[in-house]
Amino acid sequence: MVVGLEVHVQLKTRTKAFCGCSTDFGAPPNVNTCPVCLALPGALPVLNERAVQLAVRAALGLGCAVNPVSVFARKNYFYPDLPKGYQISQFDQPLATGGAIVVGQTEDGKAVQIGITRLHMEEDAGKSIHDRYPGSTAIDLNRSGVPLIEIVSEPDIQSSAQAGAYLRTLKQILQYLDVSDVSMEEGSLRVDANISVRPPGQTKLGTKTEVKNMNSFSAVERALEAEYARQCALLDSGGKVEQQTLLWDGARESVRPSRTKEGSHDYRYFPEPDLRPLLLDQGWINDARKNLPELPEARRTRLTQELGIAAAEIDQLMATPALVEYFESVARASRDPKAAFNWVMGEVSAALRVSGEEIDRFRVRPADLAQLITLVKDGTISHTAAKRVFALMVETGKPAAQIAADEGLAQVGDDGALAGWVDEVLQEHPDEAKRYLAGEKKLQGVLVGFVMKKSKGRADPRRVNQLLSSRGG
Amino acid sequence: MTPEEFTTAGAAAISAAVRAGKVTPSETVKAAFERARAIGAGKDALNIFLHADEAASIEEAKSMHERVQSAADIGILAGVPVAIKDNIASLGLPTTCGSRILADYVSPFEATAVSRLRAHGALVVAKTNMDEFAMGSSTENSAFGPTRNPHDVRYVAGGSSGGSAAAVAAGITPIALGSETGGSVRQPAAFCGVVGVKPTYGRVSRYGLVAFASSLDQIGVVGRRVDDAAIALEAIAGFDKMDSTSSDADVPIYRLSALGKPAPLAREPDTEAMRIGRSPVPLPPPPDATTLEGVVIGKPREYFPESLDEGIRDLCERALDRFRSMGATIRDVSLPRSPLAIPVYYILAPAEASSNLARFDGVRYGLRVDPARGLKAMYETTRSQGFGREVTRRILLGTYVLSAGYYDAYYKKAQAVRTLIADDFRAVFNSGVHAIFTPTTPTPAFTVGAISDPYEMYLNDIFTVTANLAGVPAISVPIGRLRRLPVGGQIITAHFDEYSMFRVAYALEASLGDEAHQ
Repeated sequence: MVVGLEVHVQLKTRTKAFCGCSTDFGAPPNVNTCPVCLALPGALPVLNERAVQLAVRAALGLGCAVNPVSVFARKNYFYPDLPKGYQISQFDQPLATGGAIVVGQTEDGKAVQIGITRLHMEEDAGKSIHDRYPGSTAIDLNRSGVPLIEIVSEPDIQSSAQAGAYLRTLKQILQYLDVSDVSMEEGSLRVDANISVRPPGQTKLGTKTEVKNMNSFSAVERALEAEYARQCALLDSGGKVEQQTLLWDGARESVRPSRTKEGSHDYRYFPEPDLRPLLLDQGWINDARKNLPELPEARRTRLTQELGIAAAEIDQLMATPALVEYFESVARASRDPKAAFNWVMGEVSAALRVSGEEIDRFRVRPADLAQLITLVKDGTISHTAAKRVFALMVETGKPAAQIAADEGLAQVGDDGALAGWVDEVLQEHPDEAKRYLAGEKKLQGVLVGFVMKKSKGRADPRRVNQLLSSRGG
Repeated sequence: MTPEEFTTAGAAAISAAVRAGKVTPSETVKAAFERARAIGAGKDALNIFLHADEAASIEEAKSMHERVQSAADIGILAGVPVAIKDNIASLGLPTTCGSRILADYVSPFEATAVSRLRAHGALVVAKTNMDEFAMGSSTENSAFGPTRNPHDVRYVAGGSSGGSAAAVAAGITPIALGSETGGSVRQPAAFCGVVGVKPTYGRVSRYGLVAFASSLDQIGVVGRRVDDAAIALEAIAGFDKMDSTSSDADVPIYRLSALGKPAPLAREPDTEAMRIGRSPVPLPPPPDATTLEGVVIGKPREYFPESLDEGIRDLCERALDRFRSMGATIRDVSLPRSPLAIPVYYILAPAEASSNLARFDGVRYGLRVDPARGLKAMYETTRSQGFGREVTRRILLGTYVLSAGYYDAYYKKAQAVRTLIADDFRAVFNSGVHAIFTPTTPTPAFTVGAISDPYEMYLNDIFTVTANLAGVPAISVPIGRLRRLPVGGQIITAHFDEYSMFRVAYALEASLGDEAHQ
């Protein structure tokens, strides 16, 4: 299978690409509109500088060359949710060309790269709502003019799994670049696939079809498998693949032809006369490159090397850019990456799951958690007590040391107090005590547990073990 | 001021009288409406206005009166009544572009040029008739009937800004806004015996001008005399953040009363993005309006062909003689690619129009026919009933030249030739020529209904369309009469050098005096 993907990504701007309207998702219909995005007679587009900054950041992060001159073009077609009757896009002079991303490794350890042909800027259309008013179609133009980038891959993808890997990698990079919400559910990331088949060894590409309407990465993978099977069956039976646009039907796990025939579209592109060519200063582009945030690949490598955490563990953290950021801060402040990893993946993640909060709003800041880890490490509190302290930190937002003091959870290492607890435990559990003192060593753990419980977690387990051993002699 | 004086006074005189308290804004507005009635500006006669609301205008004038009394200086157009071409968005009055498809359309926002006129104290009294979407050279393509020439009602007023030129020629307003894509202000100004200016592309914001061909469109001004056009341009020119193609070049003072004072130098224009050339340093300010000592005026041979009407040629020669007598040097020059301008224009302008007019689809505003018969039927019936023949022709032409397989042969090639036409102008201005002089039109006005062949109509723009393609400023001034009909002469200067254009125009106007209308 030969696959190329076209990914549309909504840029994270406050206002639209060519006017000052809000890009808020979920406002009542047609509220975020003005003469420009309604295409009233006489209105003119003015380019949003922030959209250019984000598009350039995305292009650089994907390894593309940003062109010092790019040109906006009109893509002409009639549709009710396209108010101007054309979409402002870029055609023969796009913002950026020639990038690549690494999506995995071959068996012999070589990087698998998928090339990126081009990245260009364009605006979104509005929304047609067909099911709200019987017999009529409603138009919502809130989305009209929202800035997008379109990222076109080379036809380098050879399997549905590779397509999935490409999309997940791309999404992660864009997340780390902080240019988009990259949410397929909210429509801020959309994927169309071009697919053809050819027998092994043949270099000439087969006739391709375009598959649309996938609403998740796994739907993309399933749609590619279905279309691959359909094309193979067609060719095997002596038929020919017809160039067309197909829609993925998730419920029926199959593709069906779209009503609009490919080939009948002639978009009559020409340079947009209402906007000047976009001229980007090389120095400005270089600055943008210098100021790129750290990309996922680089971060993964750096964290494994600097913190000695296994790549597989780092990957668990990297799913959310803010989580790995949090982790790294805790690890550095506590100087204990292993403990930081266990806390972040354990207690912190559990607490977030319960509250449904985002990590960047989490009450326990990295410095607080680092302090808690330090208290455990220097023996001030026990690990058991630490869990209770953490729960109270989440609840009250107070620092770890204060909670430990207030709750009297500081570890007790004083032999007098410990011996008292040990004596009490041995008296209260005469059966176990008898067997232990008779030499049944495996009961020591149980007895330590009783002591910890009695001390409300404050007893130093190391000292309790020593005391018990000395009694059992 | 007497009613008679209002029909001939310049904007500077009217605003001076208003500011001095000799006349109130209500009186100037009432005088404009009285003149319109007296001369028959209505639909059954000259058919100059598409929309006017006398009561509302007088109300506006009253609040202007309060502004005049409270403020020290409210602007160079205080109390001056103005008319606006109907493809320029205005609050209060409809904006129909002379088309059925926008017959009831009222814009919720105003064009920058109109709000700047108001900010300078002008009072909008009417929206003027025009060829539908500015496509035409006679105002006969208006869905609301042709405008007739105030000098002789059997003749057309020219177009597409025929209503604006006629409003000024009829003595109703001293100033009107028009729009140019290929000569639509200069040609009707020439036919009606008034002054018409097409500024440099980018000089005036296009925000609120309903687009015909965006890379050529520019709001222009019509004036009774050169000074009226100069004051109006001063008021509306300059950068506007709502139009990315508007220029931030400094706007000098153009008005007659400023002659002799130092002119601010034009800033170097942005050559890359706007296809414009190096603007030579404008002419130094002259001691008075009738001196052209040291000025070189180019006479391009392509604009004086063998076939040129002898009467027009004679009037041009008279004008050139006046330039000489004021101390100017006349130099024969060549703009060799100018003869290609009409075909180039009729590829590029319809191409852009086919896209610009796609928004008139019956979905959001304007005419909507047959919505129940499905989307395609609604599009087709709305657009075929809403657009007239010429607009339809140009949409089809434009769609064709942009189609796959034809783009390179037509649109791309036409763009390349357009660049060559602009290069010709640059070469002439860089060789020491300050201004170029040509006839504005190949003939005086023709009678209503006389031209039915579209191509013959297109040839009306043969001398004007090059300035639009090159982006340079140009003015048409009356240079005499032929068979009792007005004839215009055209002065073209380098990009953003309207200052020199006005200076040469002032001199010609002063030198010709009453002969400009004889």
